[in-house]
Amino acid sequence: MEFGPIWRALLRNKTGAALIALQIAVTMAIMVNAVSIMQERSRMMARPSGIDEHNIFAISSIGFAADFNERATIEADLAAMRAMPGVVNAIQTNSMPLLGGGWSMGLQTEPGEGIEGSSVAVYFVDEHGLDTFGLNLLAGENFSATDIQWREMGDTQWPDKTIITRAMAATLFPDDPDDALGKTVYINDDEPITITGIIEQMQAPWNGWDGVERVMLTPSHTLFGGTRYIIRTEPGKRDELMPQVEKLLAESNKDRIVRSMRTMDETRERSYRGDSSMITILTFTIVLLIAITSLGIVGLASFSVNRRTRQIGTRRALGASKLAILRYFMTENFLISLVGVGIGAALTVGLNIIMIETFSLTRIAWYLVPVAMLMLLAVGQAAVYGPARKASSVPPAVATRTV
Amino acid sequence: MFSYYLKLGWLSIRRNPLLSALMIAAIAVGIGASMTIITVNYVMSGNPIPQKSDQLFYVQLDNWDPNWDPNDSDDGNLEPRDQLTYLDAMALMKAGKAYRQVASNRTGLVLEPQGEDEMPFSVDTRNTWSDFFPMFDLPFIYGSGWDDSADQNLERVVVLSKEINERVFGGENPVGRSVRLNGMDFRVVGVIDEYQPVPKFYDVTNDAFGEAEDIFIPFNVAVEYQFPRNGNTNCWKKPDGDGFEAFLNSECIWIQFWAELRNDTEKQDYMDFLNAYVAQQKEIGRFPRPINNRLSDVMEWMEKQEVVEDDAQVMLGLSLLFLMVCLLNTIGLLLAKFMGKSTDISLRRALGASRSSLFVQHMIETGLIGLGGGILGLGLTWVGLRGIEMLFEDIVKNLVSLDWVMVVTAIGLAIASALLAGLYPTWRACRIAPATQLKIQ
Repeated sequence: MEFGPIWRALLRNKTGAALIALQIAVTMAIMVNAVSIMQERSRMMARPSGIDEHNIFAISSIGFAADFNERATIEADLAAMRAMPGVVNAIQTNSMPLLGGGWSMGLQTEPGEGIEGSSVAVYFVDEHGLDTFGLNLLAGENFSATDIQWREMGDTQWPDKTIITRAMAATLFPDDPDDALGKTVYINDDEPITITGIIEQMQAPWNGWDGVERVMLTPSHTLFGGTRYIIRTEPGKRDELMPQVEKLLAESNKDRIVRSMRTMDETRERSYRGDSSMITILTFTIVLLIAITSLGIVGLASFSVNRRTRQIGTRRALGASKLAILRYFMTENFLISLVGVGIGAALTVGLNIIMIETFSLTRIAWYLVPVAMLMLLAVGQAAVYGPARKASSVPPAVATRTV
Repeated sequence: MFSYYLKLGWLSIRRNPLLSALMIAAIAVGIGASMTIITVNYVMSGNPIPQKSDQLFYVQLDNWDPNWDPNDSDDGNLEPRDQLTYLDAMALMKAGKAYRQVASNRTGLVLEPQGEDEMPFSVDTRNTWSDFFPMFDLPFIYGSGWDDSADQNLERVVVLSKEINERVFGGENPVGRSVRLNGMDFRVVGVIDEYQPVPKFYDVTNDAFGEAEDIFIPFNVAVEYQFPRNGNTNCWKKPDGDGFEAFLNSECIWIQFWAELRNDTEKQDYMDFLNAYVAQQKEIGRFPRPINNRLSDVMEWMEKQEVVEDDAQVMLGLSLLFLMVCLLNTIGLLLAKFMGKSTDISLRRALGASRSSLFVQHMIETGLIGLGGGILGLGLTWVGLRGIEMLFEDIVKNLVSLDWVMVVTAIGLAIASALLAGLYPTWRACRIAPATQLKIQ
């Protein structure tokens, strides 16, 4: 191949080539870092919440009348909802995965003040909790109806049983998480609680928390004035049951209002809306960037072909084939792009280091760099093909004409 | 001469329509992308109360767990927690050492309209003090805030937002009438006009870009009737005993506290007062950590609370790099274009045009392209902001307005970047010697 002459010819007109190379380099730096952010977000969004998301919806009930009887209301609501055909089960609780707001406590393995406990998300549930959320009990047993207490807003005592996630067991007993069943842990410094069950997996309400899999279920109903019901339906029945449940609750008791009825799918969508929007924006950015860079290559290549019409004609007249001309421009772009992606690789890593330090983002996956290099080389070749074709069709006779 | 150059520029742009269109498009896309993100960042980091942001101070006291080890000690100073306990907030209110002071928190109540057919609905509520309204310059349509005696005497008074007044009283003057909240009658004393500080600085703990509250009631009344709290509550120590009373006397934090201090002397005096207060509390066994009180003015507080999200800043960086790609593109294309005019330029040089006049002529041409790119880019910015609004829906409702500052910035940025991009190509063009190019002819 005629790399040598083409390279020397390039060096005679450095600026244009350098600009293209630089443009490719910056494009690559943005592209790879953007893809890396997208990968990170997708991974985050792909984590399962641990519950039967597609068949669950939630609705809030807020009592306001002066003589509102919350306990009677909750008991009546739950009985009525559980009796509805199509409803698998229903519970009253304080929060749910991906909701964004909830209750957290600290658990410690030894009693006493001044010990740093492990934070854990608390869900108050009754004996229907496991079934309603669709949780998989690995060891131990479910709560029984007699375990369930009624908790008022200012109460500070905790029931003496809990079911925790396997991740929480691993946090509390890093050496032997499988042996956590039956162990005693302490809440509020010295209140003992026995671990009576371990569930496979369930997320806390906060998707960005680094302890997102650390959850404890506490056998209590809550009397906080406002509450949330979680309803699990048979597959396919959710959408038809939602208005029925809303109507049932709204009409059965006028001392409260019902609001915020939402499917778990929607809660997930809202919870990750920032991340999914970021992915959309970044995708859009990458597409635009590649378009701009390709158009730039097309523009400059066309211009250079126009300028060199006479030169091309001369080469053709001296016996160069059409293919040789085509190859010349393709090779020229290849060399420029090669320099571009070379600088680009360095810029990409540099930008990534800045991003890691400033925004604690993750490191880019190693394979993204070579993939992006190959891709941009291909984009360059595709962009220059049109102008190069045009160049190759310059007739040899042009050489004999004056401009 | 200027209009002549404008004409020449226009002709030159017309001569290579494709190349010119490409340049305008490149600038427009770069401006559109970066201005969209700059606008979001600009609004996020905006000053919500510019007239007195340096006189309003957020108060932090460090009542936390002696074993607490916060990770965010970048500056070597441990930052205290972001809210106050009821005990401390009430003590500071009672002392009244600041020019104005406000303890407040968020709650949700249910409002029952008078009409038979109208359904009760929930209203976002702020429990606050009389000073809240003059301190944060809330605009009133009817009536005013309540006065100090209402705070002291637990009067059930309420200030409504414009929207709630429309809904409940059809927008008429409701002052003196009553509304039913959680089964109790409250007397309306005022209605505020549209009010939506962005960020909602007085409570960034609970959603910095959330909607302003629907109604405002006296803090003491909310405590008296034990209305449920809707905001963030954190405890490091279990309350001594069950019940609401025990909770009030606990080390749980759930109240935001602001003080208005008009000058440095007042600020210093207040800081001295806070330090003395904590020292005195230490004597009765509270505040186990070293004295670490903070007064942050509005913008300092926004900074500390990292109100501008990381994502927005990452996007800002990427979008500026994006603009750079677009400019590199424009430089290349301009270079190609001006080099293509070599004959033209050398002819003009040969006929006596000076380098400086050629320079001016080409910069004007470049500026025209920048102006075109800027106007088109402004359109794209608008489209981009609508796109962001669609993506995030209600979450960023207050973030995507384009004000005149942003319009001027967009066009200015476009022209400035085009001129910057044009400098090198123009310089190259001006160096073309008069004779060489003519020889070929």
